[in-house]
Amino acid sequence: MTENTENNVNAPVASEPASEPGVIQDHFDLFQTDTYQDLFEYKRQFEGAHSPEEVSRIAEWTKSWDYREKNFSREALTVNPAKACQPLGSLFVAAGFEGTLPYSHGSQGCVAYFRTHLTRNFKEPFQAVSSSMTEDAAVFGGLKNMVDGLANSYQLYKPKMIALCTTCMAEVIGDDLGSFIQTSKNEGSIPQDFPVPYAHTPSFVGSHITGYDNMLKGILECLTEGKKTETTNGKYNFNLGFDPYIGNIRELKRILKLFGIDYTVLSDNADAFDSPNTGEFKMYNGLTTLEEAGDSINSEGTFFFQKYTTPKTQDYIEKEWGQSTYNVRPFGIRGTDEFLTKLSELTGKPVPQELIEERGRAVDAINDSQAWIHGKRIALYGDPDHVFGLVNFLLELGAEPVHIVVTNSNPEFEEELQAVLDASPYGKGATIWGKKDLWHLRSLIFTEPVDLLIGNSYGKYLWRDTHTPLVRIGYPIFDRHHMHRYETMGYRGTLNLHNWIVNTILDELDRQTIIPAKTDISFDLIR
Amino acid sequence: MSTVEKNKKLIEEVLEAYPEKAAKRRSKHLDVYEENNSDCGVKSNKKSVPGVMTTRGCAYAGAKGVVWGPVKDMIHISHGPVGCGYYSWSGRRNYYIGTTGVDTFGTMQFTSDFQERDIVFGGDKKLAKLIDELEILFPLSQGTTIESECPIGLIGDDIEAVARKKATDTGKPVVPVRCEGFRGVSQSLGHHIANDTVRDWVLPKADEYRKTPEGYEPGPYDVNIIGDYNIGGDAWPSRRLLEAIGLRVISQFSGDGTFNEVVMTPLAKMNLIHCYRSMNYICRHMEEKYGIPWLEYNFFGPTQIAKSLRKIAAQFDETIQEKAEQVIAEHQAQMDEVVAKYGPRLEGKKVMMMVGGLRPRHVIPAFEDLGMNVIGTGYEFGHGDDYKRTADYVKDGTVIYDDVSGHEFEEFAKKLNPDLIAAGIKEKYVFQKMALPFRQMHSWDYSGPYHGYEGFAVFARDMDLAINNPTWDLINNPWDK
Repeated sequence: MTENTENNVNAPVASEPASEPGVIQDHFDLFQTDTYQDLFEYKRQFEGAHSPEEVSRIAEWTKSWDYREKNFSREALTVNPAKACQPLGSLFVAAGFEGTLPYSHGSQGCVAYFRTHLTRNFKEPFQAVSSSMTEDAAVFGGLKNMVDGLANSYQLYKPKMIALCTTCMAEVIGDDLGSFIQTSKNEGSIPQDFPVPYAHTPSFVGSHITGYDNMLKGILECLTEGKKTETTNGKYNFNLGFDPYIGNIRELKRILKLFGIDYTVLSDNADAFDSPNTGEFKMYNGLTTLEEAGDSINSEGTFFFQKYTTPKTQDYIEKEWGQSTYNVRPFGIRGTDEFLTKLSELTGKPVPQELIEERGRAVDAINDSQAWIHGKRIALYGDPDHVFGLVNFLLELGAEPVHIVVTNSNPEFEEELQAVLDASPYGKGATIWGKKDLWHLRSLIFTEPVDLLIGNSYGKYLWRDTHTPLVRIGYPIFDRHHMHRYETMGYRGTLNLHNWIVNTILDELDRQTIIPAKTDISFDLIR
Repeated sequence: MSTVEKNKKLIEEVLEAYPEKAAKRRSKHLDVYEENNSDCGVKSNKKSVPGVMTTRGCAYAGAKGVVWGPVKDMIHISHGPVGCGYYSWSGRRNYYIGTTGVDTFGTMQFTSDFQERDIVFGGDKKLAKLIDELEILFPLSQGTTIESECPIGLIGDDIEAVARKKATDTGKPVVPVRCEGFRGVSQSLGHHIANDTVRDWVLPKADEYRKTPEGYEPGPYDVNIIGDYNIGGDAWPSRRLLEAIGLRVISQFSGDGTFNEVVMTPLAKMNLIHCYRSMNYICRHMEEKYGIPWLEYNFFGPTQIAKSLRKIAAQFDETIQEKAEQVIAEHQAQMDEVVAKYGPRLEGKKVMMMVGGLRPRHVIPAFEDLGMNVIGTGYEFGHGDDYKRTADYVKDGTVIYDDVSGHEFEEFAKKLNPDLIAAGIKEKYVFQKMALPFRQMHSWDYSGPYHGYEGFAVFARDMDLAINNPTWDLINNPWDK
């Protein structure tokens, strides 16, 4: 390799440093320099790429009604879905219980993904283990892995409870969890009386909210067994569902304290996903004690904030515990009103003055901004209950939901939400797109544009392509910090939701009016 | 007691927390490097212990997330249930240039979203239909790969047959990748499987698929960049350096790579490989099949950059060698500046690392360029040859941990008192709660690039901002003094 023949295609010649000594350019600036722009241009010849004209022709076509029709006629393909799989929800709910180690029975890769995904949203450590099943387990079953796995995790991580769910691998090969756990106990992996609630959570059924429901039910069944007493403990149980806003648990507890109502939060994972930095790492931060959870069977009743996340658990509590259950959605002014009214009715306690004043302040604030929100066309997506709370709130502001995408939808939810939309003059133009994904939403926004998009971080690609401003509300939020620490429920939460929405609209307005001597006529100081 | 003895004792202590059987298994994966040994003395690439917190992923993660995923103009189908594709969606920051959704697809998630009926009746028909739908909606895609998730292998679907049929129908490559998560012991097998699909499904038809640039003639300086995934743009400074010394990079496989670049690879005179672990297989194949030699290089930190540039240049003629010297000299001032600025703040700081397949050794010299010492290192999914290579980089007494568990890593950190931990997102906040500075060495904490000269400046800045972050002093309450 010594001969230098002429190459017709010459590489860019720059070799000197791309920046001056002492100037550090990271990826934000570095790749915008001429040196790198030339490099990209040069590289293109090897890429076998389509011509820029062809790319822009197709790009334009993807914005058309024709494309939309083709996009909506697909049956087998899912692109950019707004749903995850069952075990994620299982691990999430398990983390809310005292000393509880979430354990996923199946291959280990899944747990790596769940831990990563939750960690990235909350910026908190999230600990979970698996049976680390491989090919031999696929052939012979995962019993041996569970016997060893329970022994190791019990001895090494000293949990008070191991909450065990499955992955699709264990489900397809048909591992029998109940008998595997009993065998593990018989073989001395864990003590006979050690609680190992379990749930079957195949990823090919439902979504992360299904897994949440299955695991919550599993935990409650396990912990309440034989604990039913003749009298109630005078408490109420509260479950928030798959709600990434840990600020909501704290807000709920504050409200209940103001009322003077005794409570048990079923899965209080506020500290699990927002623990103080003290210089010490604590493995377990679930706040619902096993004793409280076990006694939840004797409560006066149970509140569920996410009706479509927890149908099985709710049904179980009603039928097996004989307890009254309540579905409330304490989001927005009316949703919170409804919740506080219910609390007051049930307990005979008046709504605390402090909350009444908070209500007044929240109403005052949204009144101040309503003009910027009225009639704004909105696209939104997320889990059924998440979307439900948001739609209610948007309608009470006079905003108009237009495209509502729920990948993990079901007919009951769609019917209930449709009734809400029909009852409001602002809901007339809305369509609920059940089982659709964010690539469908892209077509919807191009063909029937909206003023605002509300959803999780994955919406940033829609923002880029369609230039629709995005309010990040939901799970996951990877690209903005600490949103989950705020509350979105109650009157305080209403104020947060409201501020995020109105200030996004105002930010966008500033961007639209920023060009000197052109659009900045309306670049107003006072909005 | 020598450091070696002290650290061996530490390993014994850490193992005490396990049940006997697990302790025995884990003991083979922990050791202390002793000077002049040609190996690190640990077993590797074995099954993780069940119930123990491993950071390892699966074959799917290796095939889709690492090797195939960054090929930007192909559509990579996560075939099976929704989760695997969802969690690996946009998580790895493989930078690319292109119009997403039109001619590039890097930050999108495509899945067959298996439902119970697909498990019962099989998913082959759905897969075939899905590929037809892709053709309608994404006509500019240059091909498809099918990454199978756990259930596919278990229910016995024939994705190869679908791939063959659809390749004929569409006239584009369709590559079936049998990377079910239960295969192998980590993501490592997924890399291997993905490499094998390139060998079996792509390269045999490379001549047919290839589109060469207008006026293109094979040249003596044609090289491929192999195994750089362009995290935070890493491959670009690397490409720039290679072009600066007079080589012509005809393929980036796979960071910012295209399908065409994959089929360009057999035309090169040499494969230059950054991540040996994930892509050595295809390099060995190309050596055997096409006689293309391969060479590992390391572009972390000025010492290794210079060494690697000289090593690469030595394979070519004097023109290239002279240019390499010139490039090294040209960057000296910039590097001196970086070291002068950050060296004094980082001198003597102790680092513990645990990453995937190349960084546990490759990054060590970059730390050393800043006067820092690596006192512990290990791989998530390294093999024996990785640990052999690691021996060239580590110093006497370095603790070596293979597939380190959560428990072990925390205990080592408590006892060895490092100033910085460099590992992944799952470990990050554990150590930050312990008030230990941390940098993510898989993803550079959303920073980068870290490769090449520009990358070293960013690397140095990032280590400084982690270690000398004043907020660590806020953790203790003033009232507790």
